[in-house]
Parts: sequence; C-alpha cells; structure tokens
Amino acid sequence: MKTLLDEILQTTQSVPAYEAKDFKPDVDVRWCAGCGAFSVLSPVQRFLPNLNLPKEKIVFISGIGCSGRFSYYVDTYGFHSIHGRPIAIATGLKIARPDLSVWIATGDGDCMSIGGNHMIHAARRNTDLNIMLFNNEVYSLTKGQASPTSHPGQITKSSPLGSLEDAFNPASLALGSGAPFVARGIDKDRQMMQDLFEKAAKHKGFAFMEIYTNCVIFNDGAFEEYTRKGIREDHTLMLEHGKPMLFGKEMDKGVRLDGYTPVVVNLRDGEYSENDVLVHNEKDSTLAFILANMTYHESLPRPIGVFLDLERPSYESRVEAQINAEIEKYGEPDFDGLLKGKSFWTV
Amino acid sequence: MPKFIRTVEDATIRFAGDSGDGMQLVGTQFSETAASTGIDVNTFPDYPSEIRAPEGTLYGVSAFQVHVGSKKVNTHGDVVDVLVAMNASSLKVNIPRLADKCIIIADMSGFDTRNLKLAGYEDNPLKSQDLSNFKVVAVDIEQEVKKLLKGSNIAPKVIKKTRNFFALGLTLWLFDRSQEHALRWLSRRFANEADILEANTRALQAGYDYAQNSSLLDFQYKIEHIGLEKGTYRNISGNEAVALALVAASQKSRLPLFLGSYPITPATDILQYISALKRYGIKHLQAEDEIAGICSAIGAAYGGNLAFTTTSGPGLSLKIEAIGLAVMTELPLVIINVQRAGPSTGLPTKPEQSDLLQAMYGRHGEAPLPVIAARSAADCFDSAYEGARLALKYMTPVIVLTDGYIAQGSEPWKVPLIAELPDITVKFHDDPATFQPYKRDPETLARMWAIPGMQGMEHRIGGLEKQDIKGNVSHDPLNHQKMTELRKAKIDGIASDIPDAKILGPDQGKLLVLGWGSTYGAIRNAADIMQNEGHQISHVHLRHLHPFPENLGTLMDRFEEVLVPEMNLGQLQIILQSRYLRKVEGLHKVQGNPFTASEIVEKISSMLH
Ligand code: SF4
Repeated sequence: MKTLLDEILQTTQSVPAYEAKDFKPDVDVRWCAGCGAFSVLSPVQRFLPNLNLPKEKIVFISGIGCSGRFSYYVDTYGFHSIHGRPIAIATGLKIARPDLSVWIATGDGDCMSIGGNHMIHAARRNTDLNIMLFNNEVYSLTKGQASPTSHPGQITKSSPLGSLEDAFNPASLALGSGAPFVARGIDKDRQMMQDLFEKAAKHKGFAFMEIYTNCVIFNDGAFEEYTRKGIREDHTLMLEHGKPMLFGKEMDKGVRLDGYTPVVVNLRDGEYSENDVLVHNEKDSTLAFILANMTYHESLPRPIGVFLDLERPSYESRVEAQINAEIEKYGEPDFDGLLKGKSFWTV
Repeated sequence: MPKFIRTVEDATIRFAGDSGDGMQLVGTQFSETAASTGIDVNTFPDYPSEIRAPEGTLYGVSAFQVHVGSKKVNTHGDVVDVLVAMNASSLKVNIPRLADKCIIIADMSGFDTRNLKLAGYEDNPLKSQDLSNFKVVAVDIEQEVKKLLKGSNIAPKVIKKTRNFFALGLTLWLFDRSQEHALRWLSRRFANEADILEANTRALQAGYDYAQNSSLLDFQYKIEHIGLEKGTYRNISGNEAVALALVAASQKSRLPLFLGSYPITPATDILQYISALKRYGIKHLQAEDEIAGICSAIGAAYGGNLAFTTTSGPGLSLKIEAIGLAVMTELPLVIINVQRAGPSTGLPTKPEQSDLLQAMYGRHGEAPLPVIAARSAADCFDSAYEGARLALKYMTPVIVLTDGYIAQGSEPWKVPLIAELPDITVKFHDDPATFQPYKRDPETLARMWAIPGMQGMEHRIGGLEKQDIKGNVSHDPLNHQKMTELRKAKIDGIASDIPDAKILGPDQGKLLVLGWGSTYGAIRNAADIMQNEGHQISHVHLRHLHPFPENLGTLMDRFEEVLVPEMNLGQLQIILQSRYLRKVEGLHKVQGNPFTASEIVEKISSMLH
C-alpha cells in the first residue's frame, strides 16, 4: 500500500558532509552562562554529522524544564512538547515513522516525576528512542524546588528544612523497566558525551542516558565530586567494556565483588591484584544492576559510562514485522471489503 | 396448529438471561437475521458492569434488545413486546419495561427453587396471577434440549449451553424469519467443533419447530419490508462505524492511520477493532495511560499520519492538556469521546451526554476546536469521517462525541464505496523556499504542513506561543493576541464549510425541538407522533456543535419556543442561550438510559398547552 508519505519522502539520498555548525539554528541559546546544558548541546551538534543521516531525518523532542529548550537549539526537525510527555509523543512518532532518528531531551522532573509512567513503559516496550535525561537534581525552570533525584536532606525552596525523600536512581529505574541500553554521562566530559551519543545512536532500541548537568543557579556544585580535577579520580569509576574496573589518581583502586556486594580494594598493598577486580561487560545485565546499585553509596565510586548495551527487537520493528506477516498472509488489502464486513446483504 | 397472522408496524424483543447465557450472541443473530431479511432494526445491549456476576442474581442479568419495523424505527424501542427470560431474575428486572399483553417466553429451567430465591420470588411467578397482563409461554428449554440430544455423544455441558439457540429458534418462528443466517454463522464459528455445531444447530431447529407446533403461541408477527434504496447493507455498531470511518478517511487522504488509545468502557471496542487491522497496514499503540494515548497520536500526526485517539469522559479529562498542545501546534488530530454517565466512574456502562461542555470549553487558555456529535450508530461513520476531514483541512484537533448508547447499539448501514466518499485531499508544503511553519492558507487559515523527512524545511514547533508566520518562540504581547484571534477565526470559519441545519417539519411554527447526538431516534419518533397528530412542531438535529451551522440562529427565531431534550442537565441549552440570547426550554434525563419517545411527546404536549 503506497501512501502519500511514500511519494513525498525520498528514501535514497546522499548525506551531505555536515559540520557541527550546520546543526546550529539562527536563534539565541537562552540558558544561564555556565549551565551544564551547554555541555550537552555542543557534543550533540558535533556528533550529528557522524550520524550519517540527512538532517531532515532527525527529530529532537523535548519536555518542559530548562532542558525543554533543547529542541529549539538544534537545526533539525524539533518538537517542544508539554511537561512529562516528550517520550509519549516520540513513541507515536517513531512507530509511525521508523525512518526517523528520534532524540529526547528531558529533565529529572520531566522524566522521573510527571513523565515517569511514559519513561518506564517506553523502556519496557523498547521503542528505538534516544533519551537524554538532563539530571541536575533540582527543578530549575520553576526556580529551585526539590526534584525526584534531589538527595535526602537537600535544601531547596520547597524543602527549606531539608528534603525528606529518598532519590530515584535513574539508571536502576531504567534497568528495572527493561531498558536494553543504559548509560550515565557527565556534562564536563565532552568527548565522553560525544562517544556516548554515537553509541546510543547505533543502538536500535530504547537508549537511556542519564547526564549529570550542573545547574549553576539552583544547585551549583551538585556533581563536583565527579567533575573537579583532583577529586573526581577517586570518586568516579569510568566504565569501559572488557576493561578491569580500576579508578583513583594512580589507578590503584579497584572494584571487586564480595558475594553480590561490590567493594573497593586497594591494589597497592599486595592483597589484591588486577585479576581480582571486576571486568566490565556491557552485555551482562546482572552486572549492570550491580553497577547501577553502586549509585549513592558513600564508600563506592560513582560509575560513569555504559552500564548495559543489549540488542533486542525494537517495538516499531515488531509492528512492521507483524504488518508484513499479515499482508503476506492475506494479500493486498481490500478496503471496500473491510467496510462491508462478513455479514452484509444487498437490496 | 392453525395460527393467526398479526401485522404490525414495529415490535420490540428483549433477550434476557444470565451473563453466561449467551443473550448478546442470540440477540445479535436475531437482529442480523431481521435486517438481512428486509426489515429495519435498532439494537441495544444492556449488560452489567461486572464481567461475570454471580449466576441467577438480579444484578447479573444481561439483556439485548432489538426493535424491528417496517419503517425506520430509530430507537431500540420504548417498551418490550416480546421478552425472552432465561431465568427468574431476568423476568423480574424486566417487568417494568413490558408492554401490556407482552409475550413472555420463559425458560422454566431457570425458575427452580434456587433461581426463584435469588430473584426474591416466594412463589413461581409463571404459575401465579401476577403476570395476568401478559401472555406467558413457559417452556422447559433445558429439558427440551436434553431430550433432543439424548443418546448423542455430546457432553451435557455443551447441551445445556444450547438453550439460547433454542430460544432464538422460537423467536425466529414468531417473527417469521428464516434460520439461514444463524445456521451459516454457526457453521462458520464452529467449523472445527462438530459436536457444538450439531448441538446448536439442532437446538435452533427444535426451538423453531416447538413454536410452530405450540398451542401457546397462536400467532405469528408479520412485518412488511422497509423498502430500502438499492445497495449493500450491513449491521453496524457506533464503535465499529467510528473505526471504519477513520480507516476510510485514511484511504481517502492517502495518509497512514495511527490510533493511540487506552482501554476504557465504552470506547474500548474501537481500540480492539483497530488492533486487528494490521493486514490493512494500520498501526496502533495501546498506551500506558490516557495521556500517552493522545500524546502518541500527536507524535504520529506530527510525522504525517492521520492520527486519532479514543476515550470516554474521564479519559477526555486526562487528555485535556495535550489537546491544548495540539491546538497550539495546529496539528490534525481526531479525538473520539464515547460519553458515559459521570462524573468520575459514574455509571460506566450507561450512556449520558454530559461531556458537551467539557468538549467545548474544557481546556486551559483560549483553545477553540470543532466539536461534532453523531446521532445514531450508522451516523458515527459520517460524523467521525467529517471529524477527520475537518482535522486535516484546518490543521486542528477535532472532538467527535458519541455515547454508550449508539456506540454499542447497532442498526443497518448502507455501506459506501470509499471512492464515493467526500473528498479529503492533503497537500504537504513542498517548496523549501516559501516554507514558513505558521504561514496560513488565506481561505482556511490552516498553517503550512511539512513533516520530518522533508528536505530543507526543518523547523521547530511546540507549546510555547509562536511568532505569526515565522513560527519562532515569541513572548510579544501583541503577537499573542493576534495568534489567539487567528486560531479562533480559523475554527469560526469552518461554519461556512458545513451544511446548514436541516429542518424536519414546517420551517416555522410554535415549537422547535432541537437535539444533538443519540437523542435523535427518540426525538424523531416523538416528532413523528406529534406531527401526525397535526401539531405545528419541527425537529432539527445538530451534527456540528462548534461551530454551529450558520443558519441556526435565524432558524430558531422562526419558532415561538425551542425545546432541547438532552441526557444531561442542560448543556446545549446553556450554550444556545448564551450564544443566541434567547430562552430555550430543556428536558433533562440522567438516568443512565436513553429517552423514550413518549417522554418527549409528554414534554412537547405540555409545552403546546
Ligand atoms: S536555571 Fe540552572 S538549569 Fe536552568 S538554565 Fe540556568 S543553570 Fe541551566
């Protein structure tokens, strides 16, 4: 069945040699100076030429929050939607138009609170969407209230005596919801971000990226432990597929499993060697849960990088397969016959 | 046994039994038989909201009512002329609906001590004087089918389940209808279950023969052919009609169809129907909630699909914020609201028309959109199709209102050929040099439409106010005023693209009965009765509720009084009074069931005197 879309959308076309500036629209970016979101925007614009897709095939969809403006700042197709719903809108778009590369800019309030239901079901369904969760652990556009990723005790305008809630751990939530690709990035590390986007783009299915983005106005320094040189080395564990989990300024500390519990071991005092340390495997979902679970543990480094990268058939590809199998079975559809149904009579 | 022939214009039969007795099934068989043999039909299923209520209880009664006639019957019938009661409870709850001299076909096996107790009867009503107003035909159907199938290898459980087909056989004879349709259905349905097929086939025939030979049934109904215009017909429910309308509109517009929906009574049938149409290339998403239902549809519309979402009252409330986004982004979207009695969970299986104000005004900000209402099961096709036409032509969300009555009720429908349906032409803007996302067609005020994948027209849309023509984010106060007024003007302008309201009856006079939606049948029949008695009354039934047809105001002015019967507390009444600054009388019913013609006749009579 050919539709109007088959006529107007060219299927084969060469991809122009883009540069990052081709993805910068002619509008002012209105984030505060120093906002972590800039550090996401620029690696996005730099990686898009490598996507090897004509830019009209790329869509950025955003929700509400400071991250919501993102869709105006990339010169592709864009849709700035409503609070909490970008994933739901993107789901419909991707099912309707599997030919598009669909990216979502969302925040900790947008994705983890008001839009939480869409996020978990999209993960379960495995629609091929690329989620960039700008996590700044605060509601910033509404000027500083506690968010679902704010930590217990955090002082905000809506928790002046300290937040009484425990924080969501987005990576664990995504894994628990069945997301096959789960990663954590950090705004200050632009090269790492660029690599991460490329990996997510290659992954056919739901790709969930939690990105620590510093809000200089309402929660400045929230991620300093993981970003400031001289401190971050002892507090972050940079995950690399197939590599032992080492960290520290001298790379002399490692993460080892004691039963199911990850513990830090010192490789200098001779008791443990590199051979005792966990080796990262992006294909191991059990390990991914253990790594995600390290989040918020004072004594453990914070894992950064790709936790899990598994492939399973995406939802929209299953839709297409079901349609094709049905057409194969029943042949070219007869729409007038459908209207008539099985029990009709003529006068 | 010699029989009389009783010629009638119309008659209503109600099949009632336990939820598990298969009453919906035989009711459907009866109505399809009636329709395909040339008489008019209007049906309504009436079942409890519990899935399988305890057997034999009063609240577990499931019924299916069929109104047949030699002219357009319009409603499922005010009173019942023939009741099939499979047990004591189904008799008891239906007594208030019965016409004088109603024939009660009762299965005695459902009137044993246990069943009588569950129904709260002390004595068997079939044997008392209580039913002396009616004509009771008591048959022990269970015994009859057991006798019939004795000696066969068919399991007793299967035999017991054929009681409904025995009852169907009885009623087919009573209305002088052939068994052919039911036999064909049985052989299709049970092609691979020989014993069930045999048991039901024989039970059907036995019921038919029983009636023919019974001394209790001394007459047969005769109903003349309705004399329909030539064509292909089928029975259709409102929910099926909605689904098919969107399929047809997608063919006509040549856009792929997408449904985003979440299950909710009484709209779920549409989702189920569409989900079985993959072989027609149709996509749907059973979303995680009502909001994702509409949002996924908005996403699909953004991608160039004909997108729709289906829901009922509480679900519409959840979708409201997203409707605002569709208004702001000016994307085509059809929202089907199958109304039910509210507020909150209300009476979820019962119809009401109480979402009109929600459909009209239930939004944040100034967000007008077209509102359309279907008047009957078959009219759901034309209304939903019109919804799709307007959505695509004017780049706007459209709300189409139906309700549980016409959504689940059915009537014969003359099946159109897709090629003959009104034109729906979509044109995407294909010239990057002149593309501006909010540049408008001077005639319709619809904005230009370019979709992802179209080269050179990359642009951003969203919920923030947009600069006129260019579509950049704009906080300019004057621009907001201008855009707000433009969005309103676009919807108001649709008035010139819809037909004038059509008057049924004299075009001026004492009283105009003005209706919308599923009250059509009852109002039509009431108006017929009054007009036949020589009263100066007329009937107008609105499909377009926003904007109204251009002639509506002047048309109302030609009548001394206007009466609006609605299944709410006066919602259209309020709108008409504020819009046309004139007094409008209301007739309000919120009892979870539709108006009867006599209720409307009574009100009209009181107004005329
Ligand atoms: S308020 Fe915070 S998150 Fe928002 S733009 Fe400013 S720095 Fe960025």
